[in-house]
Amino acid sequence: MLFVFYEYLVGRENKVMAQYETNEYDVVIIGGGGAGLRAAIAVAEINPKLSIAVVSKVYPMRSHTVSAEGGAAAVIKSNDSLDDHAYDTISGGDWLCDQDAIEAFVKEAVEEMLQLEHWGCPWSRQEDGTIAVRPFGGMKIERTWFAADKTGFHMLHTLFQTTLKYEPIQRYDEWFVTRLLVDDGRCHGVVAIELATGKIQAITAKAVIICTGGCGRVFPFTTNASIKTGDGMALAYRAGVPLKDMEFVQYHPTGLPFTGILITEAARSEGGFLLNKDGYRYLQDYNLGTPQSKPVLRSMELGPRDRLSQAFVKEQEKGRTLEGPYGHYVHLDIRHLGEKIINTKLPFVRELCLKYENIDPVKELIPVRPVVHYMMGGIHTDMHGATPLKGLYAAGEVACVSINGANRLGSNSLTELLVFGARAGKAAAHFALEQKEPGSAIAALAADETKRLEKQFLRKEGGSERSAALRSEMHRAMEEGAGIYRNQASLKKSEEVVRDLQERFLNISLADHSYTFNTELTSVLELSYILDVAEAIVQSALKRTESRGSHQRTDHPDRDDQNFLAHSLAYRNENNPPRIEYLPVTITRWPPGERVYGR
Amino acid sequence: MPTNITLEILRYRPEEEAEPIYQRYEVPFRKDWVILDALNYIKDNLDGTLSYRWSCRMGVCGSCGMMVNGTPVLTCATFMEKFLPGPIRVEPLANFPVVRDLVIEMSDFMQKLKHVKPWIIREEEQPLSQGEYLQTPAQREEYEQFSMCINCMLCYAACPVYGLEPSFIGPAAIALAQRYNLDNRDQGAKQRLELLSQDDGIWQCTLVGECSVVCPKHVDPAGAIQRYKVAGATDWWKSLLMPWGNR
Repeated sequence: MLFVFYEYLVGRENKVMAQYETNEYDVVIIGGGGAGLRAAIAVAEINPKLSIAVVSKVYPMRSHTVSAEGGAAAVIKSNDSLDDHAYDTISGGDWLCDQDAIEAFVKEAVEEMLQLEHWGCPWSRQEDGTIAVRPFGGMKIERTWFAADKTGFHMLHTLFQTTLKYEPIQRYDEWFVTRLLVDDGRCHGVVAIELATGKIQAITAKAVIICTGGCGRVFPFTTNASIKTGDGMALAYRAGVPLKDMEFVQYHPTGLPFTGILITEAARSEGGFLLNKDGYRYLQDYNLGTPQSKPVLRSMELGPRDRLSQAFVKEQEKGRTLEGPYGHYVHLDIRHLGEKIINTKLPFVRELCLKYENIDPVKELIPVRPVVHYMMGGIHTDMHGATPLKGLYAAGEVACVSINGANRLGSNSLTELLVFGARAGKAAAHFALEQKEPGSAIAALAADETKRLEKQFLRKEGGSERSAALRSEMHRAMEEGAGIYRNQASLKKSEEVVRDLQERFLNISLADHSYTFNTELTSVLELSYILDVAEAIVQSALKRTESRGSHQRTDHPDRDDQNFLAHSLAYRNENNPPRIEYLPVTITRWPPGERVYGR
Repeated sequence: MPTNITLEILRYRPEEEAEPIYQRYEVPFRKDWVILDALNYIKDNLDGTLSYRWSCRMGVCGSCGMMVNGTPVLTCATFMEKFLPGPIRVEPLANFPVVRDLVIEMSDFMQKLKHVKPWIIREEEQPLSQGEYLQTPAQREEYEQFSMCINCMLCYAACPVYGLEPSFIGPAAIALAQRYNLDNRDQGAKQRLELLSQDDGIWQCTLVGECSVVCPKHVDPAGAIQRYKVAGATDWWKSLLMPWGNR
């Protein structure tokens, strides 16, 4: 073993020297998931002379896109239309979506999905060799492309393996970004830590695209991977860019208790039932239609996620849920689909149930409960992924265009990665081609950041707060005050706790002062990011005194189009709660109406 | 049922220790905890300096592979109960250099993956306006199992050839080359065969099949390697018999 250590040390010395050679790029992309990789290819295809760096805190194939299961929506069948996809998305989002963005999205979705097919994505097929589609929640026509129930996994690996053929795309694998370099009203790159060595370095660029995904880890019970700590949202927020619609947090109705592992909506679109403790399909009591033996689109179990998760809470209040060691739950029943359908269409569901819950869904009921899954809000961008800060772009879950409005429909987010990843990549490439080199002030900013990290963390003496304790206090405050149902009092309490935690964070102490793969340092930096995100969520939720989509205020139970047919924008406000402004929603052809499901 | 269980974890901090040591931690035993839950318990409650990789906790991101009692496993998919009464020994994946504690250096694989050209190669691209390339469910099934690789590196940790000869391109990269070769949309099999036939490792593979045994996704790299041997040998014979032939 000693020999390999020696080899590693020698290898590392060479690596350090090599890395000093180039750290200037035309475009730097933070995050190597679906959106980041699609953006990287888009830049490379605009002009092969553009140099590109993908900076990611994990190897790209570890990115959370990998966990997506059910599918990706795009109109390809002759019984479907772009307008139908648009209307489903807009009504699903409770009219908070920007309709110009939606029209572009549904149109470009088709080409993007075909492009991914040409790159090798193993989409499931019909007997004649054409693409197969499945129904999905809130969609009135089957339009969800799928690769069994490992769609995100296959999309991510296809994209990643395809990027390997583009020489201009260079990767900084396991580099953790600590700040954006901003000077004179423009973003000029990032400062990042190489995890393996602890080296802190500026990576400059003419344009930066943030593709770091969501922030599910702000809550204790989530389908999100441990890496989903809102890093990119906080980076932009700290640089003065507003976070949009942060009060809209999606709970997915079917997560496994304890682990929060997602059981895909495809389980219901293939015909699964949700049953309360009496074996009753309780969704029929919540204005979602009447139960049929076969799945009916936009009805019952194929209603939108916000409505299904809210129905669970009501059912629990009526005492009709079951109770286990990890709280209340209901049952998802797919036994009647039979082993063959389960094995071909839902193999991952079976694998996850067997491996993690020790039950076989072919013969047994699956315990499920709502689980934090997706952030509709994010960095404020236009339709091209551009943020208000010159040179800064964002795409994917980290961004808010917004096509998801107050509630995202299942299978729109994977498509969004492609459409808006490509759009942001193209826009950033064109911007970069017009720019000159950054000024000299950038080196000084990078040096300041190095000093900050050493002083606050690595070389810090004293301090008594531990990050794990602060994190679990934040979790409790968010779950209790800003969950599926909220009100003024609960949100006020969360606000106080988050503010207190931000103060206590200054007194944080690290046990680990090493420069080599210091995961305590990264988890502390992640905590500081996600506390900023928590602050934005709570404040945006406090100020929106209406109920819309996933944002349900028990003290303001109705939708209020008069005052709130508008996006919230949360601006960071040093030592004070964020300032909230509003931006009207763009309506083109679909005036606000009632959300109708099951009839 | 015991209330606690002991983990013996390999620690290596290059700034502090010249050689690795084993550190013992006692954690609560819970029936529904996997090894990764125990590591997270240690990190949050006992020792913030322990380093390891993890992310999805649902067996698909491939981050958390480690040796547990000498066998490479995904720690998020391995229950502690299996190892009662303990202690449970946790070490970094075998056959790789160690960066620190349970974190291995895997840039070697990243280069090898690129080397096998894991992307669709075509002489001519069909324009997107003409729609999808057709692929029947049977054609998809041809390569499906090889497309399931999550790059978790368990097969490399189990591979006796890679252990002795680190230049060996290795099980996962070969399986992924085969994933594209068997895809009816791809026309790059000849290029990949030329690359792979230069690798002596393929011929050293003794087909013990340890790689296929440890794979958490039921990929069969050993089968892929066997198919390459056959293809490589056929090519070699053809070149002897028909040196002028259009291979």
